[in-house]
Amino acid sequence: MIPDIGLIALVIAFGLSIYATLMAINGEWSKKAHWVASARNATVAVFALLTISVLTVVYSLYVMDFSQTYVADVSSTAMSPFLRITALWGGQQGSVLFWAWMMAGFVAVVVLRKWESNAALMPYIIFVAMLTTTFFVGVVVFITNPFTEMWLVPGAEDLVIAIFQPANSQQFIPYEGSGLNPLLRHFGMIGHPPTTYLGFTGFVIPFAFAIAALMKKDTMSDLWIRSVRRWTLVAWIFLSIGLILGGRWAYDVLGWGGFWGWDPVENAMLMPWLTGTAFLHSVMMTEKRGMLKRWNILLIILTYSLSLFGTFITRTGVVGSVHAFSKTALGPAFLVFISITFVGAMVLLMYRWNDLKSEHEMESIFSREAAFVLQNMLFLAITVAVLWGTVFPLITELFTDTKITVGPPYFKQVTGPMFIALVLLMGITPLLAWRKQSTRKFLARFAIPLTGAIAATLVWAVFNPKSQPISLFSMGVVFFVTISILAEFWRGTRIRMTTRGENPFTALFKLVVNNRRRFGGYIIHLGVVMIALGFIGDAFFKTETQGTLSMGETITIGEYSLRFDGLESYLGSDGREIVEANTVLFKNGQPIKDLSPRRDYFVVQEQPVSIAGVYSTPAEDVYVLLVGWETVSNQSSTFKIYVNPLINWVWIGGFVLAFGVLIGAWSQARGKVEATYSLKNQQGEGLGALPAAQTSTGD
Amino acid sequence: MFKNKFWILLLAATFAALFLTAKVYAQDPAPTSAPIKAVSDNDVNLVAKKLYCPVCPNTPLDVCETQACKDWRAQIKDQLSQGWTEQAVMEYFVKQYGERVLAEPERGGFTSLVWMLPVLFVGLGLVFVWLVLKSWRSRRLSLAAIQPAPVPAGVSKDILDRIESEICKVD
Repeated sequence: MIPDIGLIALVIAFGLSIYATLMAINGEWSKKAHWVASARNATVAVFALLTISVLTVVYSLYVMDFSQTYVADVSSTAMSPFLRITALWGGQQGSVLFWAWMMAGFVAVVVLRKWESNAALMPYIIFVAMLTTTFFVGVVVFITNPFTEMWLVPGAEDLVIAIFQPANSQQFIPYEGSGLNPLLRHFGMIGHPPTTYLGFTGFVIPFAFAIAALMKKDTMSDLWIRSVRRWTLVAWIFLSIGLILGGRWAYDVLGWGGFWGWDPVENAMLMPWLTGTAFLHSVMMTEKRGMLKRWNILLIILTYSLSLFGTFITRTGVVGSVHAFSKTALGPAFLVFISITFVGAMVLLMYRWNDLKSEHEMESIFSREAAFVLQNMLFLAITVAVLWGTVFPLITELFTDTKITVGPPYFKQVTGPMFIALVLLMGITPLLAWRKQSTRKFLARFAIPLTGAIAATLVWAVFNPKSQPISLFSMGVVFFVTISILAEFWRGTRIRMTTRGENPFTALFKLVVNNRRRFGGYIIHLGVVMIALGFIGDAFFKTETQGTLSMGETITIGEYSLRFDGLESYLGSDGREIVEANTVLFKNGQPIKDLSPRRDYFVVQEQPVSIAGVYSTPAEDVYVLLVGWETVSNQSSTFKIYVNPLINWVWIGGFVLAFGVLIGAWSQARGKVEATYSLKNQQGEGLGALPAAQTSTGD
Repeated sequence: MFKNKFWILLLAATFAALFLTAKVYAQDPAPTSAPIKAVSDNDVNLVAKKLYCPVCPNTPLDVCETQACKDWRAQIKDQLSQGWTEQAVMEYFVKQYGERVLAEPERGGFTSLVWMLPVLFVGLGLVFVWLVLKSWRSRRLSLAAIQPAPVPAGVSKDILDRIESEICKVD
């Protein structure tokens, strides 16, 4: 009964999605505002109906209604209610429904907010966004329906999976479900998939705005740019958080001592993030200087197409991966849809090419504009390298019939130098002014971070004498950028202290609050530098060792040693057999922590999962894995120990990045912006006739 | 003039790409039947890290937890203890299970394309950025010659001078 309600709601939602798409565009073309209003209502109704559909699946998972194929596939009586509910996005059918629901949610929010101010674009926005939503809802209805049941048909070898009862069949209801993939049974399940999906689906809104502006020929107004920027920021921050949570999850669950493995599914998330980040920067050129309009639209089209491509990779299993689900009929449908979206958008862009001329030209190659263009090129080059590396195994298989692997060594060697260049640009760009920069002033401002970076790198080299030149250079870049950004805070604070007589804390607080976009951006950059620090630690300073220990023996790595004190095995609550080692970690001969690395074996799925014992500090993690043991006597075990320097800065950087986005996106009411700089009267009085000037260096 | 420069730079980028991606192979030492030597897990992992599990998708051999991978690691240990070089072990695995076991694609043959394209793209990207910036600048210069910047009405020269000097102080 309950699943039937979900199914009916889903089918009506599909019909209404088509209705909204057609009515929006038809209403605009025939100038019938009430048709457009009807499309808007239908859009909201689609979201409401999909919500009902999602809730019925959640209910079925919660009550373990194993008559539903999806519920039987992804849940079991051994799983906690929390995990059963998260199983909504733990399998393909549920996750595509969840995906469609989120997308419909974004579209509903857009049509409910600021309908009036974006009224001219709204019919087109509904048309584009609902066209995409229709595709996803259609996929849920026809290809990955989560409301199917299992039927025993006489003469058939296997169970028949269908919504409606086949003739002469009997329903099959298993007593127990298969349960969720063991790797997904983790608290991170509540965070990583939903935030990632929000990031992916969220990009539909900036795409819809951009295409709407192209269709409406409204690209000269800056209204759409402001809306697009804000919506891109929303999707971008969710995708950023999704990426970081995914890294953390991999670190906790996958048991290989790392957080980023250049897996195709990770790459699929990274690519739209890269082009989205490029857009968030290039859009500033449009806002400030009326430049790069065509480029911006191209980036939005790319970002959205790459989001769809990411979905394609994740959902269809086209590139073999630990994340990917099994192959289904989804592939061709997605490929056709991605092609239509990309080609259609590009044709539209070409059609409007001449309307998107730059309003200003550049004054000097030595300017912030030039740095932005270079930075955008680097983002795109990294995207191309990642895309190429991700699809190359498919290309090789297609042309040479040989299966190959493109693993981390390729991605590290090819993208590493470009990432370092990007981080370096983060430090240099704030030193450059818009329009043009005098060399003398640039050098004066360049000197402080450069000197500081050299000094800090030398100190680092003294404490890490085995550092290679490339690792020292990378650390130098990190120091340079950090000092360069902090110097911006210091300069702004000092000016406020001098011109307004504020104390340092008030000055810093007001500086940030009154220039939220600019200093929010700097805080985001500081977060990125911290994340870069984690990657540098992983690439250059990570050490590992492996050895087999008898009871009471120790193994040493650097200044740490690990003593093996025994092994125990017991049954876990959800059908897992656990083998846990008791060990003590020593630092310079002193015991610092008891660690219990363990191996959980999921009997039904026949899958082992390693759970590391970790000693964590801001400087480094000691990550201990139990990789084997002597099965009869339990008297000896094999351990693998990683020392991961700087890794925690990835997570800390993630928090800082999110905080920076909150500051940057915190809306600043127009007209209420307090000036951060005002002309001083020579006699100590304000200039009266002149309004207070705002800082011109911009954000 | 730009056209010529463009082609010269393109050519240079192509050569750079070829140069960077060329790999010189040393003559592979044949496996020898040298006396058995002690091989640690760390020695095995150093080799296994460069190989991918032939059966599990996208899993390096040094961390793969399946029984098959444990057996392969044991095999590497045997081979190393018999005096096989790292190169010989890797070639054995490629011969047995195909190129897919290599974490790093070969830099010769068809797979050299995977290395070349990004380098070419960066080269072309830099050339493109340079040409775009130059063209913007030259257009700007010609525009500036025709249209001098307008002076805002009602602002005296004194005030403009002071604005300029205050901005200089801030900057």
